Amino acid sequence: MLPAIIRPKGPPRYRSVLLGHGLMPSDLMQRSLEICDQITDLNAFTSLRKSDDLKAEAKKATRRWRQVENKSPIDGMTIAVKDNFCWVGHPTTCGSRMLQDFVPTYNATVVQKLVNAGAIILGKTNMDEFGMGSGGTDSIFGPTKNWWRSGLAYEVSNWNDERLPGIETGRVDSGATDDWFISGGSSGGSAVAVASGACFASLGSDTGGSVRIPGAWHGLVTLKPTYGSLSRHGLIPLVNSMDVPGVMAKSVEDVQLVFGVIRGVDPMDSTTVIPPFKDEPPKSVEGLKIGIPQEYHCDGMSEEVLQTWSDVADVLENAGAQVKQVSLPHTPYSIVCYSVLNPSEVSSNMARYDGLEYGLRTEQNRSTEALFAENRHLGFNEVVRGRILSGNYFLLKENYQEFFGQALKVRRLVQRDFVNVWSDDVDLLLTPVTLTTSPTFREFSSLDNRTQTTKQDHCTQPANLAGLPALTIPVKLSESSSLPLSVQLIGPRFSEDTLFNLGTWLEKHLQFPNFGLTSMRIEKEITGNDRRRK
Amino acid sequence: MILASVRKVVRHGTRFPTRHQSTGLAPRPSRLRYGQNQSDPRGWESVIGLEVHAQILALSKLFSAGSGRTLGSANSQVTLFDASIPGTLPVINRRCVEAAVQTALALQCRINPVSTFDRKHYFYADLPTGYQITQQRKALAVQGQMDFSVLRSENVPHSYYHSVGITQLQLEQDSGKSLHDAVAGKSLIDLNRCGMGLMEIVFEPQLSDGEEAAAMIHDLILILKRLGTCSCKMEEGALRVDANISVNRPGEPLGVRTEVKNLNSIRSLANAIEFEVSRQIAVLESGGIVENETRSFNFSAKQTLPMRDKEAKQDYRFLPEPNLPPLRLCDTPPGTPTDKTNPHIINIHDYRETLPEMPNVQRQRLMTETGISIESASQLVDQPNHLAFFEKAMTHKPQNPQILVNLLQLSVVEMLNILDISLEQSHLSAGQLVELAEIKHNDELPHNIILKALKTLVEKHYPSAESLIQEMDWRSTVRNVNLIQGLVTEALRNEKKLVKRYFKGKDEQKVAVSLAKIVDKSYPGDLDMKLVTQVIRDSLKEMATNTQ
Repeated sequence: MLPAIIRPKGPPRYRSVLLGHGLMPSDLMQRSLEICDQITDLNAFTSLRKSDDLKAEAKKATRRWRQVENKSPIDGMTIAVKDNFCWVGHPTTCGSRMLQDFVPTYNATVVQKLVNAGAIILGKTNMDEFGMGSGGTDSIFGPTKNWWRSGLAYEVSNWNDERLPGIETGRVDSGATDDWFISGGSSGGSAVAVASGACFASLGSDTGGSVRIPGAWHGLVTLKPTYGSLSRHGLIPLVNSMDVPGVMAKSVEDVQLVFGVIRGVDPMDSTTVIPPFKDEPPKSVEGLKIGIPQEYHCDGMSEEVLQTWSDVADVLENAGAQVKQVSLPHTPYSIVCYSVLNPSEVSSNMARYDGLEYGLRTEQNRSTEALFAENRHLGFNEVVRGRILSGNYFLLKENYQEFFGQALKVRRLVQRDFVNVWSDDVDLLLTPVTLTTSPTFREFSSLDNRTQTTKQDHCTQPANLAGLPALTIPVKLSESSSLPLSVQLIGPRFSEDTLFNLGTWLEKHLQFPNFGLTSMRIEKEITGNDRRRK
Repeated sequence: MILASVRKVVRHGTRFPTRHQSTGLAPRPSRLRYGQNQSDPRGWESVIGLEVHAQILALSKLFSAGSGRTLGSANSQVTLFDASIPGTLPVINRRCVEAAVQTALALQCRINPVSTFDRKHYFYADLPTGYQITQQRKALAVQGQMDFSVLRSENVPHSYYHSVGITQLQLEQDSGKSLHDAVAGKSLIDLNRCGMGLMEIVFEPQLSDGEEAAAMIHDLILILKRLGTCSCKMEEGALRVDANISVNRPGEPLGVRTEVKNLNSIRSLANAIEFEVSRQIAVLESGGIVENETRSFNFSAKQTLPMRDKEAKQDYRFLPEPNLPPLRLCDTPPGTPTDKTNPHIINIHDYRETLPEMPNVQRQRLMTETGISIESASQLVDQPNHLAFFEKAMTHKPQNPQILVNLLQLSVVEMLNILDISLEQSHLSAGQLVELAEIKHNDELPHNIILKALKTLVEKHYPSAESLIQEMDWRSTVRNVNLIQGLVTEALRNEKKLVKRYFKGKDEQKVAVSLAKIVDKSYPGDLDMKLVTQVIRDSLKEMATNTQ
């Protein structure tokens, strides 16, 4: 008999599930394991921990909660971790053949903090190889499929627990055989793990939108924090100067809880900083100044995405916020700049994968150079190899100024655009996350990885170039496809509290529907008394 | 011809301004070289620039907690970062920055308040990340100057001062080591050294031969040891020198240079440069061209050879290191309000204040204060314990410091070597050495007696040199002419055969020496042998006159 989850008013929030309804980590773990079994087709996980170990940990967490000795507010919370965070004793593959057998002997700082707080890591999630992709389609383990309309039976209901009419939940029919909606990437597995209900929260990493894009396509709340607020120690890098660990959950509160646990200065990462102390409490919606950057309206943006954007702006304006159009004039150059900086750093970061100390080692023994070449040729997919080649080209002495040097200048301009907006009294920016809802695999693969990245990252990567925090909030389901639509809030450095504040308000006013597998629905409410009798 | 050589001196003088006119040393000599073919009277100039890699003496590596000492067995001092395990990040070692700041100050560099790190890429098995973190674009320090002395030797007619500019001083990581097993056809890699902190010091090409290079590195080693920033054990690779060498006709632009890598002793450095200069001259004189290449030096064969990994064009694809924020330093004098100072930021001022005296300054100070020769001053500077002893002796204000320093550096050192003890282990005090130097200066006792007294004072404790002299009654014996005359007369009487040989006019010198030895037997070592020999000669001459 499955333990019950009483549908709360709103999305699942760990504390209310736990404290408000007396469900314990053990009960939740049982559900997690069930769900993991049911979603194997979606290919969300690259590895899962043994269920016995997980149950044992959940049992310990349960005991701690019962004795009010919980280590943190997220003690016992199930969490999935993207497969590019090092986790002692567990394969950390980056979705690449190169690291297929790599088992770290150390924990990433953010993983260690989760473990210290009592969170239970279910397993590692699938990703585009080394984070290079926005579809969740380019992994050595195969693509990760979107949870929505994947063929799984699920239910969508409003906050009063009433099934919503007219919502299409059936498998996508694009005319092609075996087509599906893509998960988005590169943290696709982490999005599916949370959307399916297998875990409460997940860690992803965001270099150009890798947390926000899959999060938006799954109806999740996601945070791409300020660069320097979370440690990257143990996060296998894509682009060091833009990478940042990100958090996904179904509610702002859970994102906030997890962020609260993992944030902070780490002596092992010299780019982490102590956030400047803020005296003032976060502003309420009335009086907030919200900027709508006109340059985020770009070619290829769907009508429903634009409508969603404008609807949310209206909601804010009606609530007393000052909403005004602003300009970030260098936005169109941002993605070009990103397309130079990303491969340049990639070519450097990938140089260590020669197969000697770790990683794929072939039998080649003609010479050291031949061994390096073969290890790297077989260890990396075409996307990775392509970026290494272009990065090496940009960094050649004769090209450096023209490409890399120029891109650094453009990056500064993009960053200055934001600074100008903040100094113009704008508190936060409201933008779309993606140009459309999740495309099907067939649509997505009609264009190459580079073109797709350029397209999909339009609204997300400027925040990475500028190191700014961004929060995505699900708004509604598309009327045409019944897929989630989201918006993004971007704030000044270290404005996470303001983002959470407005995020919570929006969450409540937009009331994005609850969703979950039909098999997990509990028909009968069990009261606290019932539980105690069990 | 005379005019030509004057011109040479002038040119060198302008190219290498001598800052030390006051100390009265001769100017830097002209160093024109001639090959086998001396058809061109202009000869050749050789130009040498050095790059030094000095391992920083620190407990841990430049960017990791790995041990900074490479004494362990292979791969026993390797952290995850050193092995380039994915996800690890560099964290700078404060001590390494401090050491570089101290060294930069000692080398009169301008220290950049903000310096940055770059990745230098190349694929090599003992470079696990595929790049070295270095400071290419903005080094820790620039525009320094190294002043040093080139001492008289068989190749150097007289001692002189020289000064070489420093282009930059930068922090960077050391690589690991590859060991090639040719028999098994395997390469083995030891990462113990990988990631250790290095100071790379790039000097201007302002040296002209191996002796100057050797002298500069000799002084650099003194400086680094004095600062404690490098062990300078060249044989262990703690200090490695690369030499860029070229030759050109006087007045013409610099020639094509070759780089001789990893010279691991001062002698190798001097020999490699001399070989390479001769080789280049021979190549050019036979109509060949010098190739811009990297060469290695074979010490036993005393020749340089091209290195195998001669790549056509190496592009290091430099990239700013994104994981290390710019390194900021401050230069705040004491008394600055604490709200303007940050204890986490290294204050250059603190290190400037505690900088020890530099060898060349010390040499000149010793020379001007005491009047000793540059050679003696240099020896003292090379041996801190001797210098301390000398400076203690100088507090007694000896009349002739040169005599004192000669006694110390020639006689005392020899006795210490024979006994195999250090100066500290001997019983000789600085005051006693001064007493003997004064006696020597005033010629109160002969040199052999002074040596005998020194030997005794080194071996045995005496309250003073005078107390030993009293005990041995040297003042009344050694130059007692009556006593010596008596001894000589007796010897002449006993040694008829020797006297006969003398009168035959054969072996006059030998006879005198033999007689002196016989006389010495009665007071072994306690007579003024110069005086004894004189008396013998005089007596023999007298006998000769008498018999005639």
